[in-house]
Amino acid sequence: MEDTAKMPLNETGNLVDVKNLVKYFPVRKGIVIQRHVADVKAVDDVSFFIRPGETLGMVGESGCGKTTVARTMLQLYRPTSGTVEFQGQDLATLKGRALRDARREMQMIFQDPYGSLNPRMNCGNIIGEPLIVHKLTRSRNEYRDQVAELLTTVGLAPYMASRFPHEFSGGQRQRIGVARALAVRPSFIACDEPVSALDVSIQAQLINLLEELQAQFQLTYLFVAHDLSVVRHISDRIVVMYLGKIAEIATRDELYANPLHPYTQALLSAVPIPDPVIEATRSRILLTGDVPSPLRPPPGCVFNPRCQSVGDDCAGTHTEGLTNEAGVPDLREVSPDHWVSCIKV
Amino acid sequence: MAKLLEVDDLATYFFTPEGVVKAVDGITYDLEEGEVLALVGESGCGKSVSALSLMRLIANPGRNVRGSVMFDGKDLLELTEPEMRGIRGNDMAMIFQEPMTSLNPVLTIGKQLTEAITLHLGYDKQQSEGRAGDLLEMVGIPEGRGRLNDYPHQFSGGMRQRVMIAMALSCNPKMLIADEPTTALDVTIQAQILELVQELGKETGTSVLIITHNLGVVARYADRVNVMYAGKIIERGTAREIYGNPRHPYTIGLLKSVPRLDETRKELLEPIEGLPPDLIFLPEGCAFRERCAYAIDRCATEIPPLVEVADAHTAACFVSDQLGSEWGGNK
Repeated sequence: MEDTAKMPLNETGNLVDVKNLVKYFPVRKGIVIQRHVADVKAVDDVSFFIRPGETLGMVGESGCGKTTVARTMLQLYRPTSGTVEFQGQDLATLKGRALRDARREMQMIFQDPYGSLNPRMNCGNIIGEPLIVHKLTRSRNEYRDQVAELLTTVGLAPYMASRFPHEFSGGQRQRIGVARALAVRPSFIACDEPVSALDVSIQAQLINLLEELQAQFQLTYLFVAHDLSVVRHISDRIVVMYLGKIAEIATRDELYANPLHPYTQALLSAVPIPDPVIEATRSRILLTGDVPSPLRPPPGCVFNPRCQSVGDDCAGTHTEGLTNEAGVPDLREVSPDHWVSCIKV
Repeated sequence: MAKLLEVDDLATYFFTPEGVVKAVDGITYDLEEGEVLALVGESGCGKSVSALSLMRLIANPGRNVRGSVMFDGKDLLELTEPEMRGIRGNDMAMIFQEPMTSLNPVLTIGKQLTEAITLHLGYDKQQSEGRAGDLLEMVGIPEGRGRLNDYPHQFSGGMRQRVMIAMALSCNPKMLIADEPTTALDVTIQAQILELVQELGKETGTSVLIITHNLGVVARYADRVNVMYAGKIIERGTAREIYGNPRHPYTIGLLKSVPRLDETRKELLEPIEGLPPDLIFLPEGCAFRERCAYAIDRCATEIPPLVEVADAHTAACFVSDQLGSEWGGNK
């Protein structure tokens, strides 16, 4: 394994710098002449960075754009605008061969352990395919040894290489997904809800595995999940997203001890604690209503229709130094490493 | 309080070509009037099948092989199909797991809601539409009356789950079965739905059976908890007992394997090693033995019975006496 000291970084000293990332999915109407009628604003002007060797957690409810951020970073979707700087290169401008080479350094673990493995390929070939694609193997024997080593690394046995995905349980399949991501020796792995489809006792096994691998191979993780207890356990810093925008970024302990954005506060208070004695005394912020459609996000702060601390100037009033021209709150650093986008803070 | 439901030695097996799957293998429990009871366990432990057995909704090759389900003075397993139809949706209603797929996509919400109302309560069209509109508003759908002509795809996931709840409550059931009512929903919506189920249960005096895989979700709402593993109930008690003084290694394992927001972060989580057993080839003795850190020789040959370990608290483990300090000492 290469030394992390040699890991190429951006000028900022970060492994990844995402700046003003925007991803709109166009909605078209008409069969012959397709008119562009609207945009689903999945990710709308998002900026953050990831330091080498850290785990950045990303939480939010379904439809908030967290998966789209992860996929757009890896150029599985091309961004509408904005830059993703990774090891000194802007990935958004890379194409073809250069992009493929850059992808060797960044891999993804997907949410659904059932849908993300090809049912017609055996486990060994699923794990070994990236080795062939990136020409990281020289002979049949070496290939077999590499696959066996990867299987052992993720806690499976080498003899399982000839089995097909349906012969594995959910947790084992997710281990195959991890081995496939590790095959090309990446420096960065985006984990998109890697444990949400698993039973709790199996979840803990996989989370421990991810942490062990991070220490062993000096990996940097983006960990996307909706379970706040799991995210707190694994992350160094956490990004809270709501409706395509970042609500808050803070270090793990700071976020849970001192959440500043009203949405973060509501989200934390909704997480159940497995203890009836504590639960009986806990007060909850119950949000009313549903997340608005990203087709027509509300003006001003996107959280204002559900916010418990909403004020008159939240719905699109321009406040100098706190919002942009359209009244959308800026993401401000209120204390070192703690960023929040709320004008009331 | 009077007992509304008494399940005695209920067993449901599936006769597949590969062998007999003992999905539910002799479970006994009761539900009191107005009580919220939780049935907790991981996927494949038989919790959903046991609920479907109560409603007699088990399809081939599954069959109820023994036991009785006394509900409101009648043994449901002895009833004829037409008699059972009079109970389903009327006295005993169910909220299904997936709000996305349990509603019919080609019928309006109004049509789906009024079906049971006209059938069981004998209302005419106008009355039942009025009732359906009231129900939608009761479960917190704004302008519910105006949305009766909408189709399921026009509702969000949380709203669809509310529609399911409205449908389940439409005939004032005595008992409500909620099978993973919040699994597909986000935490903020989860909290809304559970608060709603609890409130409505209190208001109408309905008993609620909540089925879930997440111990955290029910801590706030359940009066009593049954923990299932491999088709059997392995621990039962009041919520305070189960969370505060768990006495089965599996329950302790479940509680330990989830990271908790109210505790300082642990370096490593403590998972339950191994996988749940194959329900066709159940090992002899205790089904949890192979994953259990406390197993003794006796566990390999005898199935531990549910014995009382504290007041209103039973556990099926030979060494449950020694586990008393295991949980408390770890906190």
